[in-house]
Amino acid sequence: MELPPRRNFEEVNDMAKLTIPEDELMRPGHMGCLGCGATQAMRFVLKAAGRKTILSIPACCWAVMPGVWPNTCLEVPELYTPFETTGASISGIKAALEVLGKDDVNVIGFAGDGGTADIGLQALSGVADRNDDVLYIMYDNEAYMNTGIQRSGSTPIGAWTTTTPVGTTQAWEKSPKKSVADIMIAHRIPYVATASAAYPEDLIRKVNKALSIKGTKFIQIFAPCPTGWKMDPGLTVKIGKEAISSRAFSLYEVEGGAIKINMKPKKTPLKEYLFKQGRFKHMPDYLINELESDLDSKWEELLFKEECSQKMLKKK
Amino acid sequence: MPMTIDEIPPTPMNTQDSRVVKTGGWRAFKPICDNSKCIKCWTCWKFCPDVAIAIGEEGPIYDYDHCKGCGICANECPVKCIEMIPENK
Repeated sequence: MELPPRRNFEEVNDMAKLTIPEDELMRPGHMGCLGCGATQAMRFVLKAAGRKTILSIPACCWAVMPGVWPNTCLEVPELYTPFETTGASISGIKAALEVLGKDDVNVIGFAGDGGTADIGLQALSGVADRNDDVLYIMYDNEAYMNTGIQRSGSTPIGAWTTTTPVGTTQAWEKSPKKSVADIMIAHRIPYVATASAAYPEDLIRKVNKALSIKGTKFIQIFAPCPTGWKMDPGLTVKIGKEAISSRAFSLYEVEGGAIKINMKPKKTPLKEYLFKQGRFKHMPDYLINELESDLDSKWEELLFKEECSQKMLKKK
Repeated sequence: MPMTIDEIPPTPMNTQDSRVVKTGGWRAFKPICDNSKCIKCWTCWKFCPDVAIAIGEEGPIYDYDHCKGCGICANECPVKCIEMIPENK
């Protein structure tokens, strides 16, 4: 089929000051929902990683988003893998590239939160154990969104999903959000970071940094999902920023055991963040207060860890 | 595009450009930019999840064949020069 010439950046005016790379490796026409945070995450990651990249994508939203055969919206090769094997497959791709003598190709595993926190955890642990030179990215939309909003290990307390229903029963999510970043820090890999699709400059800097380091790297990207979170699709970026300021998610990076918090915005009430999303509409006040004090103590812990790491770095 | 079974590669590979899929039909609200107010900060281009905004001389150029009308550009615009207009008008 004859395609129209791609309206790209030939006409970019010299005055345009772009804060992120302008090379576009994702095409329009993908199957993502309106205002999808995961597509933004992929776009920024590819902008950072460049054309010499091989992606491995398990069953997740991104398994359907490139489109129905024979379409694809990505300009880099990708490999669809079974749900639990992202870690193993990126190890295998890297080993094959080593045999071929190609050491300038980035190998990136791009999995959702269910495929990382629940199903793919053992393969991820394995790749971290072997310390293969790959980057694992988990985009965190806090439930199994692709299959119809079922709860995952990454779903926060109080959230509605189809398997934690709210109505006549009050069966909302009871267990706290699993911190996969902490699990990865415990593996003592060279680089662990959390990022958000609402802060692309920070995300791109982290991906670039991760790709410059040898060994297994892990980045968790917070990606709001308007469909599953029952919110206005236009608020994706606002919610992403509010999650950071209300301490529901924090941005930090850990390099060689030393933790550094990248963003310390002024605290905004957690209630404002929660009530913009339909999945938290039912939450009673006592639960919100409980959650807020829990998140605050987690934030204090993080600040304390940062202080300790700085002392540790000074000693070195 | 392969036409017979012999032409299909043994491993199914997605090779066709996804721009043949016109996702613009999903749209309920159409973004219209008032270029006279645009300060050319390109925040709209930066956050567009559909890659449907190109950088133009005067302001953003929308690809209405693919824009799904999510409204992120209108919400994030610092000078609020993008308006979301219902498609049925």
